[in-house]
Amino acid sequence: MKKYPARKTLGVACLFAALVFVSFAGAASPGGTASPAAPSAHDDVGARRAFTAAYGVFLHPRCMNCHPSGDRPLQGDDSHPHAQNVQRGPLGDGKYGMKCGACHQKENIPGPHRPPGAIVWRLPPPKMPMIFQGKSPHELCEQLKDPARNGGRTLQQIIEHVSTDKLVGWGWDPGEGRTLPPLSREEFARGIKQWVEKGAACPE
Amino acid sequence: MLTLVVNGKRSSIDVDPDMPLLWVLREHLGLTGTKYGCGMAQCGACTVHLDGEAVRSCVTPVSRAAGKNVTTIEGLSADLSHPLQRAWTEIDVPQCGYCQSGQLMAAAVLLRENPHPSDADIDDGMAGNICRCGTYPRIRRAIHRAAALMAEGKSR
Amino acid sequence: MSATPAVSRREFLKTSGAGAGSLVLALHFSTLAPSEAALAAPASEFVPNAFVKIAADGAITVIIGKSEMGQGIYTSLPMILAEELDADWTRVRCEFAPVDPAYNHTVFGIQMTGGSTSVWSSFEQLRKAGAVARAMLVQAAADGWGVSAAACRTEKSFVIHDATGRRAAYGELAAKAAAGKPPAQVSLKDPRDFRLIGKSVHRLDTPAKCNGTATYSIDVNRPGMLVAVVARPPVFGGKAKSFDATAAKSIRGVKDVVEIPRGIAVLADGYWTACRGRDALKIDWDEGPLAGYSTEKQRAEFAAMAKTAGAVARKEGDVTAALSSASKILEAEYELPYLAHATMEPMNCVAEVRAESCEVWTGSQLQTLDRISAAQAAGLKPEQVQLHTTFLGGGFGRRAVPDCHMVVEAVQVSKAARAPVKLIWTREDDMRGGYYRPSFFHSLAGGLDEAGNVIAWKQTVVGQSIMAGTPFEPMMVRNGVDGTSVEGAADTPYLIPNLYVDLHSPKLPVPVLWWRSVGHSQTAFVVESFFDELAHAAGKDPYELRRTLLAKAPRHLRVLELAAEKAGWGSPLPAGRGRGIAVHESFESFVAYVAEVSVTPQGELTIHRMVCAVDCGPVVNPDTIEAQIEGAVIFGLTAALRGEITLANGRVVQSNFHDYPMLRIYECPQQIEVHIVPSTEKQGGVGEPGVPCAAPAVANAIFAATGKRIRRLPIRAQDLRSA
Repeated sequence: MKKYPARKTLGVACLFAALVFVSFAGAASPGGTASPAAPSAHDDVGARRAFTAAYGVFLHPRCMNCHPSGDRPLQGDDSHPHAQNVQRGPLGDGKYGMKCGACHQKENIPGPHRPPGAIVWRLPPPKMPMIFQGKSPHELCEQLKDPARNGGRTLQQIIEHVSTDKLVGWGWDPGEGRTLPPLSREEFARGIKQWVEKGAACPE
Repeated sequence: MLTLVVNGKRSSIDVDPDMPLLWVLREHLGLTGTKYGCGMAQCGACTVHLDGEAVRSCVTPVSRAAGKNVTTIEGLSADLSHPLQRAWTEIDVPQCGYCQSGQLMAAAVLLRENPHPSDADIDDGMAGNICRCGTYPRIRRAIHRAAALMAEGKSR
Repeated sequence: MSATPAVSRREFLKTSGAGAGSLVLALHFSTLAPSEAALAAPASEFVPNAFVKIAADGAITVIIGKSEMGQGIYTSLPMILAEELDADWTRVRCEFAPVDPAYNHTVFGIQMTGGSTSVWSSFEQLRKAGAVARAMLVQAAADGWGVSAAACRTEKSFVIHDATGRRAAYGELAAKAAAGKPPAQVSLKDPRDFRLIGKSVHRLDTPAKCNGTATYSIDVNRPGMLVAVVARPPVFGGKAKSFDATAAKSIRGVKDVVEIPRGIAVLADGYWTACRGRDALKIDWDEGPLAGYSTEKQRAEFAAMAKTAGAVARKEGDVTAALSSASKILEAEYELPYLAHATMEPMNCVAEVRAESCEVWTGSQLQTLDRISAAQAAGLKPEQVQLHTTFLGGGFGRRAVPDCHMVVEAVQVSKAARAPVKLIWTREDDMRGGYYRPSFFHSLAGGLDEAGNVIAWKQTVVGQSIMAGTPFEPMMVRNGVDGTSVEGAADTPYLIPNLYVDLHSPKLPVPVLWWRSVGHSQTAFVVESFFDELAHAAGKDPYELRRTLLAKAPRHLRVLELAAEKAGWGSPLPAGRGRGIAVHESFESFVAYVAEVSVTPQGELTIHRMVCAVDCGPVVNPDTIEAQIEGAVIFGLTAALRGEITLANGRVVQSNFHDYPMLRIYECPQQIEVHIVPSTEKQGGVGEPGVPCAAPAVANAIFAATGKRIRRLPIRAQDLRSA
């Protein structure tokens, strides 16, 4: 949390957002008659709903393990710190003789507990750590919209990234013995696209 | 046919491109200083350099090494003149010795990138290598000593 | 002193030569007889006995019958010989001996390395070997100069006649000395005159272990050699009902598939292909009696057994009466898991069976039995088998296996395939292959009187016998008690008037074996932890209570006090830190550790400092002792913090270092200090005695820091978390 000096403001914003959300939810729920907005129309409720559904993917170990809050990648479905004291390193690809590529190849190695691999295998660099671990839906959502914290991406580029990036795609081809995120990649990409198209409002 | 350059020597080898580099080194090129310990990148006994970067040869398909420079313990220096080998022998690091080729190859990358490593840097660079005999305190001492030897060598 | 005394190790060693009967080759009381190989030496070489060769160029080769697995005997044994030889140490080399009665263990009567015995059991033998060689060189020089041998002295591979200022190098004298006769008597140096022994000397094996040239058996290559891996039953005690090798044989590079009693072997032109071939085997297994077995089931069985009376291992006074009269009774159960040796070099062996002979290359700790077993498997006589000992990529007991399965498998496969074979166990094979340190369950009751004196100690031990079913059983299992199951408990030096230790040795198909420090690896944890519990219950300082009850154990006391002093026992510690102490004798050496630890509320343990005091008697190479103790601390802590082999559905759960982890460099104690007691007492071992105290010292420190008592290993984070 110390990385966010504007914590107090954020907290107030959160509270405000939560109130808004509750009132909307309250309005929409009776009879469930609220009709879905047109795909390109501005729709905060729809955007929040789309993001909330996608959030589970970001926080799934296949995605979160390489977006840790600390400087060590995580491992396994329990997201324990990577064995061997692996570090993010100055460029996000590890340190010294412990760079990601020392063990991780361009594809998964067959067999359980073997190092997984993809065409690129790395963490975000320390200057742009893109932390998922420990982020609330609101915090993660705001981070994704902020080019200063999302790798300098526009929202269109975010859609592009989650839809086509090969390392992101690994999350759905993680090799033997690893669980899959709660949504398929298509569902996930569609959800992000909807979120953007509906105006990219953030939950809470 | 794959072409490998190992310790500066070029060889052409007819093997399955998926075969781990470790077994090509050991069984085809007779370079047995690189050890098999786990086969899954857990122990580091098989560490070699690929274009200067440490890799676990037990999980590295030989195809990845094609056309690159591979350095094994035999290529670190056969005459024990590398500062790390000098420090290792001065401090008598090895016990059973089986893991030490990998330890030395990992330490070589650490020292190249950080000529004055702290204890924490050593932890960061060396935690991928298991030593069952527990020579870690001496590995730590020897890396510090090698750093000093390198510094002396430069100031001379 | 006790009803059925546990056999002490040295006693065992003394008698086992006879006890092992037919397995033991002729005992060589004339330990200085040359070996067959030595007799075949070139004439220019001086080979006075089986242990040393001196070449014309002055090179001195010491031949050792012991195996180097990291413990340093490749250096310390030559030092012993070189001392009496007055050799120029820079010219001394070491060589592993062939299998020959000349190299039989002076106490065991077979060629083997184990029990932390190498230095003390070879000490006199190698000193004599060096002294005889020296005397013959002196005689050769004296004869040449026409002076009296008594007027000559030796120094750094020279014979010197001070009166005439003449000097002759050992190399120059070699041929002449070779023609001489060994003296009937030699005198040995006064230890005060030692120049090498007792001083730290660089290891002779270090250079080869720093440039990749040290040869382990996994590195051996033979012309036409195939590599084999074996598919073994997934459950101990199972066997193959049938198998289909069609798919395996269709893989390019797979050369043959052969069945041996322990499994199905796939032979290929290399390791990776052999593994792929094995993956392609279709095997129908009969899982045998252990199918469905689990660690939970075993725990329940052991716990039930601990409530019943076992075979009596020690009985002093009347423990029942003492417990009923005690003003305070403490009861506890302690548990320890199976442990794998997990040597860095997985099990492997190279065998080349020919019509009339067989060669075997292996990192053996048990050459005599390995050779006999290889001969049986090959259908040859032991003399037809040449067994080459290589460096061992770790031993810890795993390479001294009474059933010699590692060698037998390789010989059987080589014989069946009619080719030289390197049989490699994958790490998974090795981890799941058994021969574990047995799991143990201890049930304890301790009694204190009103003054807080320990008046009663009752301990029931449950765990498989490592000796049962081996050639060592007749010697080591007496009145139902395997001495190695209770060593360190039944022979406790604490002065407790009413003491009772009994043992259950359930029989299970899980293969078990000695594991670095053997029974002490589990008893020291239990005894030293429960002793700590009693001290705290009595409101006494655990160090002071140990001192009191070790009043008649001076060597225990000495290391205990030294460790406490160096650790600053009793001095204030930063908040959150705790100190724990443990003392234990094993392999006739005495060790005490003080651990200093802290624990976070999340249960993360940091070991800040381990202070170690050791008395192993007169020291040969102090730096080696320091290294062994440092390593043993880490080995012991790896077991205490990580080590656990469990069974589920009859199968071993763990398979490799991801689920049977070793401590890594960043997880080790921040500081390990070793203090060696200068000692002229009887020599003890060094390889193993450093292990037993590590776990209890840390567990006792955890109690001091957190109030949490660890009674089950390995120590888990959930055991340490603040409630």
